[in-house]
Amino acid sequence: MPSPRRSRRLLAALPGAVLLGALASALLGAAPALAASPSPTPVPTSGTQSVVEATASCAVNDTTACVRGALHDDNGNPVKGVTIQLTPPSGTAVPTRTDANGSYVYTVKKAGAYRLALVPASLPKGIKAAAPSRTVQVSLGQLTPGAFALTGTFSGSKSTAGPTVTPLTMLWDQISNGLLLGLLLALASIGLSLIYGTTGLSNFAHGEQVTLGGILAWTFGTVLQWNFLVACIVTVLVCGLSGYVQDRLIWGPLRRRGLGLTQLMVVTIGLSLALSYVFQYFAGAGVHALTPTIQLTGGPLDLTANAYLAMLISIVVLVAVGLALQRTRIGRATRAVSDNRALAAASGIDVDRIIRLVWTVSMALAGLAGILYGLVYGGVNWATGQAILLLMFAATTLGGLGTAFGALVGSIVIGLVVQVSSLFLSGDLRYATALLILILVLLFRPQGILGRRERVG
Amino acid sequence: MDFLTSLLTDFGQQILSSVTAAFAIAVIGLNLHFGYTGLVNIGQAGFMLIGGYGLAITVELGGGFFLGVAVGLVAAVLFALILGLPTLKLRGDYLAIVTIAAAEIIRIVGDNQSLSQWTGGAAGIPGRVYQGAFTALSPFPDQQLQIGPYNYPLTSGDSWFLRIVCWVVLAIVVLLVWLLMRSPWGRTVKGIREDEDAMRSLGKNVYLVKLQSLVLGGVIGAAGGMLYVLSSSVQADSLGRTTTFLLYTCLLLGGAATVFGPVLGSVLYFIVIIGLNDVVSQFVPKQIMNEQQIPQFGWIVVGIGLMLLVIFRPQGILGNKKELSFGD
Amino acid sequence: MTEPAPAVPARGRLEGYDYDRAALRRKLAEVPQEPGSAKPQPILAVDDIVRRFGGVTAVDVDHLEVQRGAITALIGPNGAGKTTFFNLITGFDRPSRKEEGRTPRWVFQGTELASTSAFRVAQSGMVRTFQLTKALERMTVMDNMLLGAQDQPGERILTALFRPAWRKREAEIREKAAALLARFTLDTKRDDYAGSLSGGQRKLLEMARALMSDPAMIMLDEPMAGVNPALTQSLLGHIQDLRDQGTTVLFVEHDMHMVRHISDWVVVMAEGRVVAEGPPANVMAHQAVVDAYLGSHHDQDLGDDALLDEDFGQAVAAEDAEREGRA
Ligand SMILES: Nc1ncnc2c1ncn2[C@@H]1O[C@H](COP(=O)(O)OP(=O)(O)O)[C@@H](O)[C@H]1O
Ligand SMILES: [Mg+2]
Repeated sequence: MPSPRRSRRLLAALPGAVLLGALASALLGAAPALAASPSPTPVPTSGTQSVVEATASCAVNDTTACVRGALHDDNGNPVKGVTIQLTPPSGTAVPTRTDANGSYVYTVKKAGAYRLALVPASLPKGIKAAAPSRTVQVSLGQLTPGAFALTGTFSGSKSTAGPTVTPLTMLWDQISNGLLLGLLLALASIGLSLIYGTTGLSNFAHGEQVTLGGILAWTFGTVLQWNFLVACIVTVLVCGLSGYVQDRLIWGPLRRRGLGLTQLMVVTIGLSLALSYVFQYFAGAGVHALTPTIQLTGGPLDLTANAYLAMLISIVVLVAVGLALQRTRIGRATRAVSDNRALAAASGIDVDRIIRLVWTVSMALAGLAGILYGLVYGGVNWATGQAILLLMFAATTLGGLGTAFGALVGSIVIGLVVQVSSLFLSGDLRYATALLILILVLLFRPQGILGRRERVG
Repeated sequence: MDFLTSLLTDFGQQILSSVTAAFAIAVIGLNLHFGYTGLVNIGQAGFMLIGGYGLAITVELGGGFFLGVAVGLVAAVLFALILGLPTLKLRGDYLAIVTIAAAEIIRIVGDNQSLSQWTGGAAGIPGRVYQGAFTALSPFPDQQLQIGPYNYPLTSGDSWFLRIVCWVVLAIVVLLVWLLMRSPWGRTVKGIREDEDAMRSLGKNVYLVKLQSLVLGGVIGAAGGMLYVLSSSVQADSLGRTTTFLLYTCLLLGGAATVFGPVLGSVLYFIVIIGLNDVVSQFVPKQIMNEQQIPQFGWIVVGIGLMLLVIFRPQGILGNKKELSFGD
Repeated sequence: MTEPAPAVPARGRLEGYDYDRAALRRKLAEVPQEPGSAKPQPILAVDDIVRRFGGVTAVDVDHLEVQRGAITALIGPNGAGKTTFFNLITGFDRPSRKEEGRTPRWVFQGTELASTSAFRVAQSGMVRTFQLTKALERMTVMDNMLLGAQDQPGERILTALFRPAWRKREAEIREKAAALLARFTLDTKRDDYAGSLSGGQRKLLEMARALMSDPAMIMLDEPMAGVNPALTQSLLGHIQDLRDQGTTVLFVEHDMHMVRHISDWVVVMAEGRVVAEGPPANVMAHQAVVDAYLGSHHDQDLGDDALLDEDFGQAVAAEDAEREGRA
């Protein structure tokens, strides 16, 4: 028998790992600052409202002006990673860098004469700027063009008029995107798998838990303007709490009442419907951006800084969860419950407590996945989680229902399938491929990649 | 008083409408799966969509109305076989995942621009493309007919003819299910819902019977889908996952595993939604709930209603409490 | 001691079936008492059937024959592989991949059954029950019974629509069901939901349901587990009646003492293998059996508690005494 103190400490281990992830993902908000220094902090510093901001996109309206430009070399290829500075009439220069399309965007909140400059030292070898700086007149409600004339070509710039993409680089790009999606899916669906494993329930409201993470991070971070780190931590905590409360108020009592699994599943369908429209009711149907994304130059994968960090966080949290399942007493108990609930109960494991913990951690993980998803894919809306729910199911089924490691493998497979097939297929058809593969795998290996058959009689 | 009469008129209008009947038919198909056989099909909207596309595309290509109906039904049979043959030998969860995935594939493919030549892509196939073939069958003259407060054309568009056809088809489907469910086949199907292994040990070909149920319920769903699109258009997004969830709500509201439950549930669902809409827009200030938020609120009610139904009244309105009280 | 069973609609006399139990036992007395011994009239013969779960070999039986007309008890400690063996034979599970020179094969009444699906096995006359009863809970006791019948044309989907096509057969099987329910003292429950029955009544219902198809052999997986001692008595009586009326019985039990006074032959399994065979009185003393039971933690066996009940123990002792007195 575990001593109460020891087991309580271990009980804290899992949520701890998740929190760590939240902390790290909060760093993400500040990540562009690290990645592209010197650069502006995209998170508005509390108190002073900045007049100029480098943003991912910019919409002109009565109180907003945009300064936008794109850099191309003589071959017409975009020049990325060039440092641009915009200096307000009174104030310090706000730097940014051009993205993969050679573009940059500033959102400006005050009219006036601004100094727009290109830092020549940041130009790739072989390219020169004819006029590296000039004064531009910015007026609210208008778009100010901010192109620079460049001469020369950089090394590797193909002389064809089109962008420098070969089938191989495209494939490589999609593979890295697939890994990214796979890791995010894994983060979201490990909880789905754990819940299935310990309770037998297919939770159709799991997608909404992902959305909840994104929406809460947006509410705290963007609407309420909290520090992003705090916002992320609070979001993950609230999501975990929502799992705890759900199990306390709904799933636990229903389990004890002996409601069948199919009926329980229909209850989750109802919850999913209700939650997704609650989101829409309060947050509207639009996409809510969490933070701007900034392109990293270099690196083996052509991804944004946010994406790299999201992957890193996913890996760290997944490894932590994996270790917790393997090494801690609670983790082993969880696996025992998954294996055989009756046997686990008979051997003195408090099954209900384990399941409650599983709900808590799973919802926290889903919430964290929602934050990362919003950061990587430019925002969240009410249907974000719903859109990936089936991919999550596909992932857990492929990996073998109810096995956490299987969920990871399945997620990576699904992520890769989705992103690589977008090379050949238009629009949402790539999701259809993933689902088709799911059906085909069930045909040939119904227990999933890593699952096992079960007994009769 | 005025409000009350207009509310009641709205109710009547909704009950008569072809959409209500079409929904009820699709719910009956689902009832055959879920209520009687215990098959968890979460892709019934996919069957509806297949029926709709089958009819519309065939007519669009000049095939005529009856050929269109036949194509829609045959497509549903094939769809059911494709889904059922591999999964009905496995545990129930697999059918659930495969049906929802397959319905989603149908929706995504229908939505996709690359096939828009036939499917119309996201915009769908407008009703005028195929409605003509249906109204041509009407024995009535082309004029308006007023019965009580309800004034519809006899033949064209959202007509009395369409309403009559829908309710006749509904009556036939109800009769079919009633006949089946009082028979030994119906008993076998319910036995399978209770325990497949027990049924196997009694020498019943569980796989075959489940497949029959899946096909029949799917075909009924496709028929519902065809009637559903006759008054509007075939648009993939209008028959997505949430439609299936809605069908479940109707089924559980009326009473699963009952002959009339699906009809009652569908009618009640529409009455609740219409009532909600009328009451809110009449009495709730815009600042609290604006026009866009009313349907959203309706969906929230549906979701919570579904949860409460399963938890507190799993037998629905018509079901037998005892028959559902033992759980699995 | 056991009350005479009410007559069940005659199934006709079976050619070559040993209705005379004493004669049957004399035949069996000649059979060598070793694992895999040949029987004079085997109804079922099993060869080289192996089932592994990961590293665990649940079943590994080289050869086993079951005598027609006998009550054969399959005993062994918990986890010996009895249920898995049942699952394999009845098509609910499949043998593990065959190994060098060993092809799983089992023949029931002259029909090869390997790789036959479970429902066809049942249709061929070998009907089983389950260790954990599988009553169709949300159906009435009568409906449960009706589902046990074979040859109901109304179970085909198209015929089902035309009542005249199945009405006559329905009346027949209803009558038969009523008779069986009366025999198993469930007639007062016929319109109750099966879910409302007690554990013992469910066992009875399951057995009665299995008999609806007049199976040549019935396989009962722990029919006595979880049944209260009063009912156990009549259950044992019913099992003997089955045999007397032409159904071969193979039943699983993990308590040796339970079976000695009703079985004609005992097969002992341990760790997946058949370790001993013989008439009940002899097999108990067998060294392999003693080892099997001492090696396992017999007293940890959850299912035993009900069976070790004092009343029951006395009942068994009384019956044994009576049997000896008769002999
Ligand atoms: N589906 C399964 N998965 C893993 N092991 C199993 C499975 N079914 C049975 N076993 C194992 O096979 C052995 C035999 O089990 P079983 O046939 O139930 O024994 P018995 O019925 O004699 O008590 C046991 O060790 C059991 O744990
Ligand atoms: Mg057993």
